[in-house]
Amino acid sequence: MASLTIDHLIGLDGVPREDIALILDTTDTFLEVLDRPVKKVPTLQGKTVVNLFFENSTRTRISFELAERRLSADVVNFSVGTSSVSKGESLLDTARNIEAMKVDMVVMRHSAAGACEFLRRRCTSRFINAGDGAHEHPTQALLDMFTLRREFGTLEGINVCIVGDILHSRVARSNMFGLVTMGANVAVCGPPTLLPRHVDRLGVRVFTDIDEALAWCDAVNVLRIQLERRAGGYFPTLREYHDVYGVTAERLDRLSRRIAILHPGPINRGVEIDSDVADGPQSVILRQVTHGVAVRMAVLYLLGTKTE
Amino acid sequence: MSSYLFRNGHVIDPVTGVDGQRDLLIVDGVIDCIREHIGASADETFDLDGAVIAPGFCDMHVHFREPGEEHKETLATGALAAAAGGFTAVACMPNTIPPLDTAEAVLSIRQKSDRFPVDIHPIGAITKGREGRELAPIAELHAAGAVAFSDDGTCLQNAKLLRIALDYASVVDAPVIQHAEDAALSEGGAMNEGYMSTVLGLPGIPRIAEDGIVLRDMAVVEYVDGTYHLAHVSTASAVDAVRAAKVKGLRVTCEAAPHHFTLTDEAVRGYDTSTKVKPPLRTRDDVVAVKEAFRDGVIDAIATDHAPHAAFEKEVEYVYAPFGIIGLETAVGLAVTELVEQRYLTLWELVERFSVNPRRILRLPEIRIEEGMQANLTFFHPSREWSVDVRQFRSRSRNSPFHGMTLRGKPLGIVNKDQLVWLAE
Amino acid sequence: MSETQILIDEPGFDRMISRLAHEIVEHNHGTSDLVIIGLRTRGVYVARRIREKIAAIEGVELPLGVLDVTLYRDDVRQHLRQPEVRASDIPFDISDRHVILVDDVLFTGRTVRSALDALIDFGRPRTIQLVVIVDRGHRELPIRADYTGKTIATSRGQEVRVRLREVDGSDGIDLVTLQDT
Repeated sequence: MASLTIDHLIGLDGVPREDIALILDTTDTFLEVLDRPVKKVPTLQGKTVVNLFFENSTRTRISFELAERRLSADVVNFSVGTSSVSKGESLLDTARNIEAMKVDMVVMRHSAAGACEFLRRRCTSRFINAGDGAHEHPTQALLDMFTLRREFGTLEGINVCIVGDILHSRVARSNMFGLVTMGANVAVCGPPTLLPRHVDRLGVRVFTDIDEALAWCDAVNVLRIQLERRAGGYFPTLREYHDVYGVTAERLDRLSRRIAILHPGPINRGVEIDSDVADGPQSVILRQVTHGVAVRMAVLYLLGTKTE
Repeated sequence: MSSYLFRNGHVIDPVTGVDGQRDLLIVDGVIDCIREHIGASADETFDLDGAVIAPGFCDMHVHFREPGEEHKETLATGALAAAAGGFTAVACMPNTIPPLDTAEAVLSIRQKSDRFPVDIHPIGAITKGREGRELAPIAELHAAGAVAFSDDGTCLQNAKLLRIALDYASVVDAPVIQHAEDAALSEGGAMNEGYMSTVLGLPGIPRIAEDGIVLRDMAVVEYVDGTYHLAHVSTASAVDAVRAAKVKGLRVTCEAAPHHFTLTDEAVRGYDTSTKVKPPLRTRDDVVAVKEAFRDGVIDAIATDHAPHAAFEKEVEYVYAPFGIIGLETAVGLAVTELVEQRYLTLWELVERFSVNPRRILRLPEIRIEEGMQANLTFFHPSREWSVDVRQFRSRSRNSPFHGMTLRGKPLGIVNKDQLVWLAE
Repeated sequence: MSETQILIDEPGFDRMISRLAHEIVEHNHGTSDLVIIGLRTRGVYVARRIREKIAAIEGVELPLGVLDVTLYRDDVRQHLRQPEVRASDIPFDISDRHVILVDDVLFTGRTVRSALDALIDFGRPRTIQLVVIVDRGHRELPIRADYTGKTIATSRGQEVRVRLREVDGSDGIDLVTLQDT
């Protein structure tokens, strides 16, 4: 009987290959459920899931909420601005409250790395990390991997390059951990100021030339450039970033083959990626969004029904 | 009249050159008799079972938080923690609220701690308000009892001020203690920048923040011929810079904290905020370099940088937690386990690093274990194993990353100022 | 220790499938608007056999679907077990059709209940008719089969196994009596 070895999904660092494979296989099933006239199954009936969002992210929250509702869970949204967090409640108090409310599962987004782990250690609910600072965003990486697997039939041996601000990106970290575990060849590419120290020790190649990176890869995952990074002095201007690292149609046209284009969204058109690329035939960006709901249903199902 | 007889002790006194089995009798706080066997009886007799009798240990780097943050520690609870850790003296850093930048503030520390069994030596601020702009009244602070000068907690960034401070402090023959950290490079950082910060997604503090300041400071020290002490050295390159300065004959000394020769940034995995310190926990190579520097004498002293914080302050997101961990009650155990057991130091050298050297750096009177001398002693068992339990600590705070660890080398008690503090077994 | 008794052999099994196919066609006055859906895993093989027979009788190939009811099972929801969930494959619209739902053994009725919930999420069939090879009793829900291969009165200590060529190498029905050791 197939079951996950993990009890929570905090990150993909250290998650065994079998677990990732099971999540991706299960996602296939849920993708089929999403094709039904009634896109809802009663599997998590009677379970309460709290979406604990300390950081704004409408897209991720909606994707999780859809997944939860389609599994018939009872959903409570708890976001900064509508909650006591904005009144200065500490994370520790939040933990105690969650524990007292006897919630089955918590989906959590926070701006500080380790915040999900912090709550997990103090609560008995099952936790799914929906992004903690620059640490991990495992469901995003899983949906990227699922999209790649459907595109190429396998993850084993495919060349995937992640382009952009690797230093501050939780999406990059989760993708690196997960893809390396699944046997893909992974590279990162970006300005040296935005590459974390010793990133090569994660088992990834490092490019600083975007054209070399694009020539090498089968698929490129283009990260959103946070506009405030320019103020941090990591690169001089957005125009220069676009000139040196932007994924443009001209760059893709120079390649000898077609590569798949991924982007976790939201897109800064004309900065890290051009509109005609994001909307073009090589783009799988909208498929990623569809897969996001299915991946999250799979994770919620596998963790939510896991026997003790 | 009170008398204590200690049997089967192992006296190690680098000052008088004694290293051997002795019985020791203390009467009214004075060493009355020290011999291989003492037949007399006393009010209380202790069988030391081979434990070391050493000149009183001195931790030259602690934060006792009084005045201003007494919920973390007070002079009284800090002194209890020091005694429990086997220390008869500490030097407390001036980053209190308000800071120790006036003669009154320095005097007040000495007066409040006057009767404690642990001597508390205040360190004065280098600059007014520790703001790094204007020199504090160094001569006045010294006259009031400040044994050294430091803006610890922050680095003295301004090289011109460092030059002036070194010049000025030389008049009163007191060392300037530097917390080496280039603020522009370390800004926003929460842990050592390296492979682990990449894995954990935490903002990094690069080693060059420490290395750069140390290299610059060595140049300044050489230029003005100052007396300089480097606090909590943590990187291989900073250790090398101090080694080179010493070879040149500069009046430079340095200390290292037990966590910097025990833990690496691997300990941050799990985001336990009891691993958040400044300088941050470094890598395996740095830990080895620090240990080697103990062996070759580049590091003069073991100092804990005991930095208490309340649970509610530390039990937060890693990036929001304050820097610092407590260290007084684990220092001897960690030093014996990591340095003596692993043959970086002999017990004799350990006593130098814990007692003789820090006292010399701070210009405190020498301790001699001789008949007729005031007893200022530390007792510790070098081979006894024990398990660290923060709930047993005397410190008001509990922020230690060593909870649950088994250590070899246990402090048994101290004698100082005619007071015996003995730890119940 | 267990004892196995063969109740139906291979020729008998084939005759039973023929009879079920005839009954279905007769009852529905032909094959118009009929679709056939097998329950994962063994119901799918049985559904294929019945479909072949109907094709032989009527010359019509019914649309065939596969239903996985894991997500609808009440024991999964109560954390009693976590089976591998697999995709359903129903490549046609079931609205206004007569759905022939096929499983191998009818026992407590819970699997069929899950299947009814699942089917209704796929559309609104005109009727759902249940076919089983064996009805072994012990129902926990008010559910009955429309077409039954064989009704076998069993005790709780007995198990009925439907053998299928595709997975077991031969066709037949066995009664297994579990004995205490």
